[in-house]
Amino acid sequence: MIRSVLKKLAEIIIILVVLSFFVFVLLYIAPGDPAEKRLTSQGIVVTKQVLDAERERLGLLKPFLVRYGEWLFSVIKGDFGVSFKDDMPVAPKLYKGLVNTCILAFSSLMLSLSLSFTLGVASAVKKDGIFDHIVRIFSFVANSLPNFLISVLLMYFFCIKLDIFPVIAAGDLQGLVMPVLSLAIPMTGRFTRQIRAEILNRMNEDYVTGMKGRGVKNRYIILNVVRNSLGHIFTIVALQIGTLMGGSVVIETIFRWPGIGKLVMDSISARDYPVIMGFVLIMGAIYVVVNSLSDVLDRTLDPRISE
Amino acid sequence: MIVFAAAVIIMTLFAGVFAPNDPYKTSATVIRTAPCADYPFGTDNLGRCVFSRVLYGGRTTIAATFFLVFVSFAIGTVIGMVCGYYGGIADRIFMRIADITLGFPQMVVAIAVAGILGAGMKGAMIALGITMWISFARLARSHTYSIKNEAYVKTVLFTGKSDFYIIMVHIFPNLMGPVLTNALTQIGTTMIGLSGLSFLGLGIIPPTAEWGSMISEARAYIQIAPWSVFYPAAATIITIIIFNYLGDVVMDYREAG
Repeated sequence: MIRSVLKKLAEIIIILVVLSFFVFVLLYIAPGDPAEKRLTSQGIVVTKQVLDAERERLGLLKPFLVRYGEWLFSVIKGDFGVSFKDDMPVAPKLYKGLVNTCILAFSSLMLSLSLSFTLGVASAVKKDGIFDHIVRIFSFVANSLPNFLISVLLMYFFCIKLDIFPVIAAGDLQGLVMPVLSLAIPMTGRFTRQIRAEILNRMNEDYVTGMKGRGVKNRYIILNVVRNSLGHIFTIVALQIGTLMGGSVVIETIFRWPGIGKLVMDSISARDYPVIMGFVLIMGAIYVVVNSLSDVLDRTLDPRISE
Repeated sequence: MIVFAAAVIIMTLFAGVFAPNDPYKTSATVIRTAPCADYPFGTDNLGRCVFSRVLYGGRTTIAATFFLVFVSFAIGTVIGMVCGYYGGIADRIFMRIADITLGFPQMVVAIAVAGILGAGMKGAMIALGITMWISFARLARSHTYSIKNEAYVKTVLFTGKSDFYIIMVHIFPNLMGPVLTNALTQIGTTMIGLSGLSFLGLGIIPPTAEWGSMISEARAYIQIAPWSVFYPAAATIITIIIFNYLGDVVMDYREAG
């Protein structure tokens, strides 16, 4: 047990180090010189001496690996550097955005999970019934909808035509409804399909046949099957976290929700690299940790996998 | 469905034939005209024909998607076959890279890559391609490995055929099925990803017509000209549904038989 946890930890660290290196290389080959970008952002033309001094100050003249090492070391200490835009530390900005993104992501995850769990289990139990057909069509279509499209359409109908919700999310509860829906709809489609398939799969196992043979009530059989698939359902959810992160960038930008996704889009247009790097690393860390946790959870819930 | 898929591909491939107007011709006199005989889908903010732009935009989106899926398919399959066939240190390294890259959140990486490399379809495609080849490589590798250990392949080995011959004649055709199925199911996801990046302004650079960027542009005046959002939106949804459906059917068919 301890060995496998240690192995998992080593894996997480390796993935994060490679990811950080990858991001660093990316910035290294990115077009444009950060020192020049900073100095000329006000539209002022600078002399070569000033430019060199700035490069020296930013540590751009040191060898690549030294720069990477220094950067990685400060990131581990929780320091993501200062923003190119306003010289303020990046970390507080990222954390503030992250909190807002977590509110958004968590709400839509909960909504979508409770919906798709009900739909998925119900349609698997009454397989090939009318309800099952409707659920299948819904989940298929929802799964095919890009979330930027859903949000534009929702915005048109609810904010402009019906005027129920504000177009720009003010960061309050009312402003949360539209972004949450936009994220939750395609996710619900995917979850429902996968949960339905998972339950159907488990229904074919021997112990279910055995229970049926012993005349156990259908309700208890379903309860057992659902309980046994929980671990796997958690894995399904964990795998969607990445999609959720990408989706929240789009949704936050559209509804101007003050999350980390909107922050990174603003930083991309301002070429504010430290923010982009911090974003990738934080998201990567969350993604890797969640997926490893789900892996461990799956093993503990289903002892057959562990050996 | 296959008919619909063919129809979509033909309509967009021969956009020049079907488009009633020049998709890039701006006209001050017909700005934001509602759909009519001359402009079946109306016009946008610059008086450009939305119908023609949807057709040309489809060509951009679909061509980019197919190209990206094909390149990932080719690279992934070759790497997977070589790794699965020879094994050894190269196999371990490549599969390690694949495992690690699989640990990245795809869309987050794509947004960062496209954002840093700068706008443009090339950047967007590289951004999505970085993580896409892996599914092909893993699939090809596991199938190659199991086919390699089949008795008939071992027999062929004794006849003294070269490794290249065995891979091309005996292994490649046998793993085409699952790998192509994977390619088909990737089309919908890739289309969502590419148009999403374009929507964010990280994909195609305007004025080139592309569905995601058309929707993004027209979003600003959706109140006065909703058609300039609805038609590209409908085109996107329908196309993705068609390809996802095809993917599902082929997947079910393979699982059943």
